[in-house]
Amino acid sequence: MTSSFLLDGEEVPFTPGQTVMQAASAAGKYIPHLCWHPDFAAHGSCKLCTVKIGGGFATACTTRAAAGQDVENGTEELTAKRRTLLQLLFVEGNHFCPSCEKSGSCVLQASAYEVGMLSPHFDHFYPDRAVDASHPDVLLDFNRCIMCELCVRASREVDGKNVFALSGRGAKSHLIVNSESGRLADTDFAATDRAAEVCPVGVILRKRVGFAVPIGQRDYDARPISQRVVEKLADGEQEAG
Amino acid sequence: MWTPSRQEEGVAVTNIESILERHAYEAHRLVQILRETQDALGWLAPETLTCIAHRLQIPRVQVESTANFYSFFHIRPLGEYRILFSDNITDRMLGNQALMQALCEKLWLEPGRVAEDGLVSVDTTSCTGMCDQGPALLANYRAITRLTPARIDEMAHLIRRRVPVGDWPPEWFHVEDNIRRRDVLLDHGLAPGEALAAALDRGPTGLLGEIERSALRGRGGAGFGSDIKWRSCRDAWGDAHYVICNADEGEPGTFKDRVLLSSDFDMVVDGMCIAGFAIGASKGFIYLRGEYRYLLDRLETRLAQRREAGLLGRDILGRGFTFDIEIHLGAGAYICGEESALIESLEGKPGKPRIRPPFPVTHGYLGQPTTVNNVETLALAALIAVRGGEWFRAIGTPASTGTKLLSVSGDVARPGIYEFPFGVSVAEVLEAAGATDTQAVTTAGAAGSCLAVSEFGRRIAFEDVPTGGSIMVFDQSRDMFEAARNFAHFFAHESCGFCTPCRVGTAVNARLMDKLALDRSSPYDLDEMERMHHLMQGASHCGLGNTATIALRDILAKFRPAFDRRLHSPDYEPGFDLDAALSQARRMTGRDDAGAHLTDNRSAHAGGHPSEAKP
Repeated sequence: MTSSFLLDGEEVPFTPGQTVMQAASAAGKYIPHLCWHPDFAAHGSCKLCTVKIGGGFATACTTRAAAGQDVENGTEELTAKRRTLLQLLFVEGNHFCPSCEKSGSCVLQASAYEVGMLSPHFDHFYPDRAVDASHPDVLLDFNRCIMCELCVRASREVDGKNVFALSGRGAKSHLIVNSESGRLADTDFAATDRAAEVCPVGVILRKRVGFAVPIGQRDYDARPISQRVVEKLADGEQEAG
Repeated sequence: MWTPSRQEEGVAVTNIESILERHAYEAHRLVQILRETQDALGWLAPETLTCIAHRLQIPRVQVESTANFYSFFHIRPLGEYRILFSDNITDRMLGNQALMQALCEKLWLEPGRVAEDGLVSVDTTSCTGMCDQGPALLANYRAITRLTPARIDEMAHLIRRRVPVGDWPPEWFHVEDNIRRRDVLLDHGLAPGEALAAALDRGPTGLLGEIERSALRGRGGAGFGSDIKWRSCRDAWGDAHYVICNADEGEPGTFKDRVLLSSDFDMVVDGMCIAGFAIGASKGFIYLRGEYRYLLDRLETRLAQRREAGLLGRDILGRGFTFDIEIHLGAGAYICGEESALIESLEGKPGKPRIRPPFPVTHGYLGQPTTVNNVETLALAALIAVRGGEWFRAIGTPASTGTKLLSVSGDVARPGIYEFPFGVSVAEVLEAAGATDTQAVTTAGAAGSCLAVSEFGRRIAFEDVPTGGSIMVFDQSRDMFEAARNFAHFFAHESCGFCTPCRVGTAVNARLMDKLALDRSSPYDLDEMERMHHLMQGASHCGLGNTATIALRDILAKFRPAFDRRLHSPDYEPGFDLDAALSQARRMTGRDDAGAHLTDNRSAHAGGHPSEAKP
């Protein structure tokens, strides 16, 4: 039995148990998101998918769809909130898009374009985050981490390895790897792991393949992320990576 | 840096093994295991974390993640003596900053850094709940109250002479109850177990009926109906049910739970047993905040005495009811007062709030139905079990029945605990506490509203001025901007970091307040804080982020001149000071002549501008 709810006035069908995000995606509607991925349980931390339901704010990835719900998504109010959330993520890390080899296929960058973010707006935090190039096949550039925990979930749930975790508290939160030395080389991580390709930004990078596709011809260079995500979901492709 | 010898390493492993054994190698006891291990070894070294992970058969990242979340755990050596000054606004008003500076100077230290010889470190910590007898500090996590310059002098001597903290003058560790006004709860006159016996007589249904008739609402601040919580928990299916007493009293300016635990512990335990009886639980936890560690041994002893007396454990009062209580100690994290974060912490994880629903009443500790109640709520439930719901309902106001314990501190003649029926006006509380020339009152710590003089006629009640019990009083001599700045830093320090708006928003606010403090701001920066308020309220994951900007915004709205006089220009003003940026280079080269300054920068003319001291 299918019921439906309203998303920006349009009817979206859902099956019981689905979240607003799952139902919207299945129906080809885009709700901006960073920490959500169709293959993993909802995390609800980035807050980019904040929507308005019945006058209150809720994250689309953790809220169950219900018949007759009236969900606001693409309003100027919500887009403005998302723009601010993205600006906060940009100033919290060190993001140099022009020189980043993830540029053009980065979900953070593409989401910023999507909501019309033109500047970082806030003063940069300039955190001191060292790069870990110890692993033979993979490089970790922590400067771009947005704490979405997708690598944590992929490593734990798919790879069965628990290579990653978030450590610290508040603004000192940071990604760590499962070794006494703190180096990726001293873990059982492999470039073939699911966690190696799930990072929505440029933290986990395969070595010796950077810039194989020139910037300008990448995933989100030609079309906005709203279009690409819907196409990918329709084709059953994996979203990130 | 201290490195263990081979022999010491042997001792370390033995220590860890006995601690793990005592905790039955259960991973969900990780917070307690880490605390005891740190007690034994001084700090949590990388190899210690690896060892614990191996023995518990859990990933090392999981152990490191928990160890690095809590303020009182350290994964780097912090010295033999770890001094943490309580840094609530009330401690500041009592002069903690000068005392910390003095101690640092005597020990040749910079705050936040370990001494070169690894002997001592001095830093600040969030409110330690001693606001009525501050300024306070924690010395190796033991509370010391009523600091004076003389005590700081002597402390420096004791540290230099390496006298163990346990041998410091006992009067330093004395904590007063300071009960100033008693009403029905503090004057209960009941014997230990009397309330429990009354509850057993009533039976679970009768008891729940009385709680419902009493209209008791949770005293933690949110004010949820206790009977609804207990009934939903009782009705939820599970292998086991749990009762948790939330004694993680972290809201700045509140200390009433500390006093209840200290002076009326039997009422609290009776309340927990009653809750267990009502919901069908046989196990309860007291989650005691790390700052109240000095109470631990006393409370453990009292629990043991109750077991002896048949008031706890198997077959309580010979009535066939079995219920026991275990105390878990927190490790310095305000967020653990949030019930789902508290449960995560009980399960050995970093205290990050869960996605809700499901709620703890159906999926709580270890996924089982769990009721989490504040210390005061449980004590009141015990009182209701004896006196009945109708009696209780006659006290207070229709929407806020009963009495409320208020922790009053700041600019008052008699700081301490005041029990008043709900509905008492703010002015009456101020009068009782001997406040004069009052400018402002915060009624919910750092997380709630701030009242100006014109509002002192308002009533303490859920329907008017809600409070968890923290009443901080500021007289006309106080700079309300400094109160707001203290709160902004408190939240930046205590945000768990899980969600974007709270993790980054609290940090942005703290930076904006520092910019104001340096007189480098414009009205634009005030608008930025307003904007952050609108984002964080609603978009944040839990109550911390949703309430973190309320006091700040309230103070900004009601005490605007305190902010306006700090504005540097009417237009946008950058936070970046070029000349200040050269200060490090000046220090490194030992130069401070005119040529080492940027002459077109205003701070070059100011001479010793405060911004030089900041990074």
